[in-house]
Amino acid sequence: MHEFSVCHDLLRQVEDLARAHNARAVSAIHLQIGPLSGIEATLLEQAFTVARAGTVAAAAVLATEALPIRVRCQSCGAVGEVAVNRLVCGACGDWHTELLSGDELLLASVELELEEDDV
Amino acid sequence: MCETCGCTITPGNQHLVQGEGRLARTADGKAAITVLQSLLHENDHQAEHNREHLDGYGTLAINLMSSPGSGKTSLLEATIEALQGSFKVAVIEGDLETENDAVRVRAKGVPVVQITTGSACHLDAHLVHDALHHLELDGVDILFIENVGNLVCPASFDLGHHLNVTLLSVTEGDDKPAKYPVMFRAADLLLLSKVDLLAVLDDFDPAAAEEHFRHLANPVPVLRVSARKGEGMEAWLHWLRQTLMVHRARLRQGATSRPAVQSDGARVHEQGPAHHGRHDHDHDHGGHPHHDYHHG
Repeated sequence: MHEFSVCHDLLRQVEDLARAHNARAVSAIHLQIGPLSGIEATLLEQAFTVARAGTVAAAAVLATEALPIRVRCQSCGAVGEVAVNRLVCGACGDWHTELLSGDELLLASVELELEEDDV
Repeated sequence: MCETCGCTITPGNQHLVQGEGRLARTADGKAAITVLQSLLHENDHQAEHNREHLDGYGTLAINLMSSPGSGKTSLLEATIEALQGSFKVAVIEGDLETENDAVRVRAKGVPVVQITTGSACHLDAHLVHDALHHLELDGVDILFIENVGNLVCPASFDLGHHLNVTLLSVTEGDDKPAKYPVMFRAADLLLLSKVDLLAVLDDFDPAAAEEHFRHLANPVPVLRVSARKGEGMEAWLHWLRQTLMVHRARLRQGATSRPAVQSDGARVHEQGPAHHGRHDHDHDHGGHPHHDYHHG
């Protein structure tokens, strides 16, 4: 249920961006989410359909790109994709790994309809 | 994918996030703006200010997280008693309802602010900011923030604290770290609590719990404590004293401490010369490498 809080933060940022660019509306919002961010994309999308009401993003499409969890082994250097609760090197089995991606919680981009487009 | 940080900025799209290239056009003529900023930017911004505020007083803030009923408040009571006379402690209590925990802790003679979140399942930086306004931090060495009992949501929100301490009680399953990887990955110290009950609970294997925990690539210490019986308390208190000493040394050098695992992608996405000019705000959060909370 914390996806609602995240949505609120997201919409604040999007509204700021829309204001800064004098946008009439936001048509799309693109996110990048890794499983280790602790945010469920589907819950976020559901929360968004409620939270967007009355904002400049009221008609916006929310698109989330799921990023894989990738680690680099600190022992053997192997890089590989791993499961969310097993960040262990697939090559040598060592758990001393470094996360390369998978914890992202990013507003990647927004698409705006600008006022100037009307004229 | 970017070799430096694993993000999705490539030589092909890098121009989109630099200078005037930030504003491009989509095929149907809409303005496309590349942002690449944490979804929790508002919270993270407030958290940075909380941390600066705490650092002004030299106060070490520790975020206590666990399931409900794993012994956070009992641990606090025993810890406050043990530190009496050597360190000044203050507490922020987070609960959905009631002042019960605040009353328990206040009885130990330390300043306590209770945050009741209503239906909210976690504390955030704004709630902690409000609570800080009701706390006299002058002379406070350690501020414990007892988060809402919940193994999911609290892990995603930076409060402006310096370290996460996560409790796993032996009355829970020893596979909790595998079930709640985000929470346990964020721990800067794992406390196996209520270990006096291990004698009567034969289905909790501490070694198995630690193995599940290590599989999250988390190298931090795992300590076993029983706040009720006093077992293992000395190792926990030693960790606290050491941590405070290291933190104070860092503050003297103009640096601070942060949880090893940040709640957002800012860590990797706000550092590196290739990514300059991607976002607008005018202050430096400073990137830092994974699993390094010795960072300023």
